[in-house]
Amino acid sequence: MIAEAGLAALWLAAALCGLQLVFGVMALRSDGSGAVSAIRPVAIVQGLLTLFSFAMLVWLFLRTDLSVELVAANSHSAKPWLYKFSGTWGNHEGSMLLWVAILALSGSLVAMFESRLKERTLTATLAAQAAIGIGFYAFLIFASNPFARLSPAAPEGRGLNPLLQDPGLAFHPPTLYVGYVGLSIAFSFAVGALLTRDVGPTFARAMRPWVLASWIFLTIGIAAGSYWAYYELGWGGWWFWDPVENASLMPWLAATALLHSVTVLATRDALRAWTIMLAVVAFSMSMLGTFLVRSGVLTSVHAFAVDPQRGTFILGLLILYIGGALALYAMRVGTVREGSQFEFVSREGALVANNLLLSAILGIVLIGTLYPLGVEAVTGEQLSVGPPYFNATAGPLALLLVAAMAIGPLLRWRRDQWRNVMGRISLPVLVAALALMGLVLLTSPIGILPMLGLILAAGVAAASIAPLWKRNLRRTPMFVYGMVIAHLGIAVSMAGMAFESAFSEEVLVAASPGETHEVGPYAVTFDGTRPVAGANWTAVEGGLTVQRGEGEAFVLTPQSRMFSSPQTETNEAAIRTAWNGQLYTVLGSSDGAGRSQLRLWWKPFVTLIWLGALLIALGGLLSLIGRVRRERRTMEREAWA
Amino acid sequence: MSTDPAIEKQTAAMKRFILWVPLAIAAIFFGFFAYALYFGNSSPQQRAIESQLIGEPMPEFALEPSLASRPGLSSADLATGEPRLVNFFASWCVPCIAEAPQLMQLRDAGVAIDAIAVRDRPQDVYAFLERWGDPYERIGADTQSEAQLALGSSGVPETFVVDGDGVIVHQHIGDIRPEHVPEILAALENAR
Amino acid sequence: MRAKHQRLTLAIIAIVAVVAAGFLALFGLRDNAALFRTPAEISAEPVPAGQAFRLGGMVAQGSIEELPDGVSIRFLVQDAEAQVPVVYAGITPDLFAENSGVVAEGALDANGVFVADHILAKHDENYMPPELADVDLVGDPRQ
Repeated sequence: MIAEAGLAALWLAAALCGLQLVFGVMALRSDGSGAVSAIRPVAIVQGLLTLFSFAMLVWLFLRTDLSVELVAANSHSAKPWLYKFSGTWGNHEGSMLLWVAILALSGSLVAMFESRLKERTLTATLAAQAAIGIGFYAFLIFASNPFARLSPAAPEGRGLNPLLQDPGLAFHPPTLYVGYVGLSIAFSFAVGALLTRDVGPTFARAMRPWVLASWIFLTIGIAAGSYWAYYELGWGGWWFWDPVENASLMPWLAATALLHSVTVLATRDALRAWTIMLAVVAFSMSMLGTFLVRSGVLTSVHAFAVDPQRGTFILGLLILYIGGALALYAMRVGTVREGSQFEFVSREGALVANNLLLSAILGIVLIGTLYPLGVEAVTGEQLSVGPPYFNATAGPLALLLVAAMAIGPLLRWRRDQWRNVMGRISLPVLVAALALMGLVLLTSPIGILPMLGLILAAGVAAASIAPLWKRNLRRTPMFVYGMVIAHLGIAVSMAGMAFESAFSEEVLVAASPGETHEVGPYAVTFDGTRPVAGANWTAVEGGLTVQRGEGEAFVLTPQSRMFSSPQTETNEAAIRTAWNGQLYTVLGSSDGAGRSQLRLWWKPFVTLIWLGALLIALGGLLSLIGRVRRERRTMEREAWA
Repeated sequence: MSTDPAIEKQTAAMKRFILWVPLAIAAIFFGFFAYALYFGNSSPQQRAIESQLIGEPMPEFALEPSLASRPGLSSADLATGEPRLVNFFASWCVPCIAEAPQLMQLRDAGVAIDAIAVRDRPQDVYAFLERWGDPYERIGADTQSEAQLALGSSGVPETFVVDGDGVIVHQHIGDIRPEHVPEILAALENAR
Repeated sequence: MRAKHQRLTLAIIAIVAVVAAGFLALFGLRDNAALFRTPAEISAEPVPAGQAFRLGGMVAQGSIEELPDGVSIRFLVQDAEAQVPVVYAGITPDLFAENSGVVAEGALDANGVFVADHILAKHDENYMPPELADVDLVGDPRQ
């Protein structure tokens, strides 16, 4: 019954979605007055229904109801409850249901809280949101029904890919999805504004919180995914430029650009057409990401199951929505009144540079990700594009972008003089020069990219705090703090990346028990292996006694695990975090004569990568709170006036 | 604002043209996607095309018995003079449960079926057959997926129809649903 | 006039940036895209030593041997027509075994030995690297 209730709720939500679209279109064709009061409740109920539907699926997973095909294929009664729970979205159908639920819920939130926009624009926005919804409901119900029954019921489930049995990964997809799908709101806003030709600062201010919120979730999701890959795969890397990773990075790049261009539109009423374009591109990248990961067109480390029918369906949706939006853009954006002018040497000039660089990086990542497809289509030749390409092309642009980030916030809006700018950036330049001296004097030579990265990180850290210079800190608006912290986070993260790539040490040995190996500041002694067993796995566990100088010795226990359902092996790295880096240990195969392969890494300051990402997200959060509060105060004032 | 009207016109035309560029770029991408999806090497279809082995004799393999009560399976066992089915299955595979009734139906229709248990343990295979029915004559244990690779098969379940000389005449990828049974029977009939 | 002028400048800058990014991407791809090759293809058309590519095929029966250093292994990757010796230092991934498909990333050295930096992980028993899907790994038994 639970499954049937979930499916019924889904059908009902789809019907309401259709109703919302019809209402919206009718209202736009007439004068559009009064339609919003009819559409709002429809959007809200639709969101609640999808939430109910998703809750039903979670319930089925928690009960391990094996008469449901999805549960039988992806769960197992012996699993810990947390993984039964996260197993709900650890598969194609469940994750698509989550996607649709977030889509409908974000529509509900707009219906509930959006009060700035003109009624007609809001109607158009909700209609656009419903138009996106319809396609995905159809996809869910007809091409990937999560509630399909299995008759007869299975005796036991198949389990969940052991790699996905990890608390970090349990909450990684939902976070990313909120980010992905939140961008649908920006897309709907853009389409709505094109339909009603209502593009301007008000529209930008209305859109900004939604973009910010999505961007925060994307940032956290990408950072969490990167940390998961780092400790779960046991390869010692934190970013592989794998298509799945790129699929989440591309929406983030577009959203970052959008965030900055929306600010220009809100503050100076410039970049109208460009902002609309970016909003369309950002959600297109989200859909593309879904398509890449879900259709099996690009197979990668964690690509899911392959199903051409689904691929076809998603391709159809992409053509409909992206193609439709871009066609609308080409037809209508010319009728949007052009925005204001500005000087090149100004805050908005710097933001244009930011947007161009981000778009260029986005283009490079997109080309690199899709190039193998294109080549195969033309010549039939198979090739792969890996980290060397991305590092060589996106790396320098990212450094340029960060340099622009140091200068941008120190420029005034409207117009500025180079002379004054020079004075303002003298301190950061000094800091960067000191960092360069330090590197040259204290360390062995390192590669050019990490070198530049470290120097820039030092300079940018100084520059990002500079906007607070000589300001009354108590009266500084919250979003300025947000910007400062987010930019500081970029510097911190970049420092971590540069340190890791320049100063990591790696030891690969076949160790007999009793042997000691030095890596970084640690002496690692191999004590031998022993078998251990968990709920649904058995493992060989290595014992490593580790000592740092004269300090306290401690034990690390990396494992090589074998899972029974389904049969899989994984390497569980054992990691020790110190203030200045991480010791990362992996156990490989044994030769039967007592020797085992060990892989040991010392990665100085590697944790800064994710710490920086958290700072970036925190900055975004402060900015969001600050903007929303200020917005509310303005509205209250307007109400009194 | 005094500009040459000709230039003015030109810029306007240029601008209109530029606005369509994003759509054009997107269209090119869609084209590549569609191509990759339907004709590319990694396309699902590609994996679903009939194996290159159709019309070829079964590649050589020899598998240990999976169950003590029953002989194992080698390619030599297949040339029996009568067409038969070779079914790849595994106890850990859910679609295999879904196709079990159809296999039973085929057996009841007098079709001889041999099985290859992929990466499986005897006790699990035994429990699976107890629970879902046992239509098989011989069951080979393919612990290292060698037979799977030899036949160019990439997953379970998968079913091959071989004729009386052990030549592969048909391949069915995925589970055999009720609507596929006539198709399998027709392939067996043609192989006579 | 100023307005038009500025817009044009911006448009030109944007176009130049896009073209530059495109060229950058193409240059990067020319140097860094790794081709996929099977042993048969290599014997037909040798790959220059040092050029990175992906080698795909099957690990030959009985070919995995440990080298004296204890961390490197040597094995043969074969398809229906040819074999390529591979040396790999590191921890072998899940489900790496003789007679099963493998994809290795690396380059040939001067002696024609493929030095692998990575062996691609297979994460479960149903996963087949897409490149291997249509490689004839075993050959025709009648030959």
